[in-house]
Amino acid sequence: MPALKLHNLRKVYENGFEALRGIDLKVEEGDFFALLGPNGAGKSTTIGIVTSLVKKTLGKVEVCGHDLDHDWVHAKRCIGLVPQEINFNQFEKVSNIVLNQAGFYGVPRRLARKRMEVVLKQLELWDRRNQVSRRLSGGMKRRLMIARALVHSPRLLILDEPTAGVDIEVRRSMWEFLRRLNLEGTTIILTTHYLEEAEQLCRNVAIIDRGRIIESTSMSELLDKLEYSEYFLEVRQIPPEIPVIPGYRIEVVDDHTWSVAVPKHLGLNDLFAGLSREGVVVVNLRPRSNRLEQLFLQRIGGNKHLEQAA
Amino acid sequence: MLRYWIAYRTLAGKEIHRFLRIWPQTLLPPLVTTSLYFLIFGALMGPRIGPMSGVRYIDYIVPGIVLMAVINHSYANVVSSFYSAKFQRHIEEMLIAPMPSWVIMAGYVTGGMFRGLLIGALVLAVASLFADLKVVHPVLAAFMAVMTSLLFSLAGLINATFANSFDDISIVPNFILTPLVYLGGVFYSIQLLPAPWHTLSLFNPILYMINAFRFGFLDVADLAIETAFLIVGGMTLALGAMAWFLLYRGVGIKH
Repeated sequence: MPALKLHNLRKVYENGFEALRGIDLKVEEGDFFALLGPNGAGKSTTIGIVTSLVKKTLGKVEVCGHDLDHDWVHAKRCIGLVPQEINFNQFEKVSNIVLNQAGFYGVPRRLARKRMEVVLKQLELWDRRNQVSRRLSGGMKRRLMIARALVHSPRLLILDEPTAGVDIEVRRSMWEFLRRLNLEGTTIILTTHYLEEAEQLCRNVAIIDRGRIIESTSMSELLDKLEYSEYFLEVRQIPPEIPVIPGYRIEVVDDHTWSVAVPKHLGLNDLFAGLSREGVVVVNLRPRSNRLEQLFLQRIGGNKHLEQAA
Repeated sequence: MLRYWIAYRTLAGKEIHRFLRIWPQTLLPPLVTTSLYFLIFGALMGPRIGPMSGVRYIDYIVPGIVLMAVINHSYANVVSSFYSAKFQRHIEEMLIAPMPSWVIMAGYVTGGMFRGLLIGALVLAVASLFADLKVVHPVLAAFMAVMTSLLFSLAGLINATFANSFDDISIVPNFILTPLVYLGGVFYSIQLLPAPWHTLSLFNPILYMINAFRFGFLDVADLAIETAFLIVGGMTLALGAMAWFLLYRGVGIKH
């Protein structure tokens, strides 16, 4: 049974803007799923509809087998949401925010207290439980939103840009936490602008652009579609002329840096052999961007051209 | 139903805890203001005004001032709390949860009623320092206070759903509610008003509520008590249905 199933989901806002143009999507139970797309693509609208924060114009949403229109109580119980923006009462204590959320889901007070202790300890907020939430740091506020989303033990956790604006250390610890949570059985849907994050965490991915799903596949299949990888090469001395190595495209970035497009079927050995023959000394090599980012830009760019042609 | 009860209790408890936590802003000011009313209109000016409807003036104004506090604070609690929840977006905590609209409505309205009635009780306690308090029909007075606080809590909720700015939550209390309360016979009997004003006053629903509440205390009334029950009952049903419908449709809270 899929954890989430969307069929022909459409949304037209009151100002006439068509945010979703018929989304079909299936996320299997236990999956760690990335929903990617540029700003304004429709990710947050999709999440808004699934979590009942946005009214859909047309279509069907099923959460853990429950229709959101006809069996909304059971459907909603399955979902936990970590929204993009801080949306808890900043004048409330940390413990009250989590306990109240449990109460809204109908969790009895005694059980809610036990679960609150567990999630706050897991997210390293237990020592802050009596603190007013506005005094927390940015990373702690993000973790508090995760704790709040987990207190009713949802089967499907939706995270909308959960690591936006947090430092790398907090981000990595959140990744670890989410990995463990997923291994324990919670289905996770993640939207993020950090494509490295999606590549590291997610097994399946959908790319949404201009209200349509333009790609929905496994992460490995998607990355296989990458026809070439781009790297920055730092070289000791730039020769008067850029060497021509068949199959590779080399461009000058600055006095010591070249950008090289490496086709998937060629690899790096021939490149280095060719550069050695030309007497070029490479002192460093680094990816120009991560693989998913390259693919994402290729797909979004391609979709833009198609839309313009249409 | 147990889950709904837990959700209701959580929201109502949160609302009550909210205004109790900020008691210097929510409970203290009305006590100071009403003490001044009793001092100026009752103790200082009252003896010069003389009896009203056969009752000592300060005793006559007590029920009106108590109900005025109930009306203002029931309304203010819900309108400010619900709009703040919209503004800070923590209303989303309830919208994503399996809480029916009527549970959300009941939770906010309970908070508003609790504050309105608590302040009413405190004002009554202050009034006992200045006036000779007697409650001739206590059940009727209590019932009218409860119904009035329910009605104005619902009105505050409706105002908050439509509000898009903090200005929008102060327009109704300042420009509609306050004039209606002051012209609703808090400080005078409408029998004293000349022809057009007397007739115009009859279109003010708050007049009937204050009249019935005063009857509960003093056994004096300018108008039929039954009319007050019909008006309060009818308006409560209408506003209750409207508030529920607005929440159900997500007006002002869902795109």
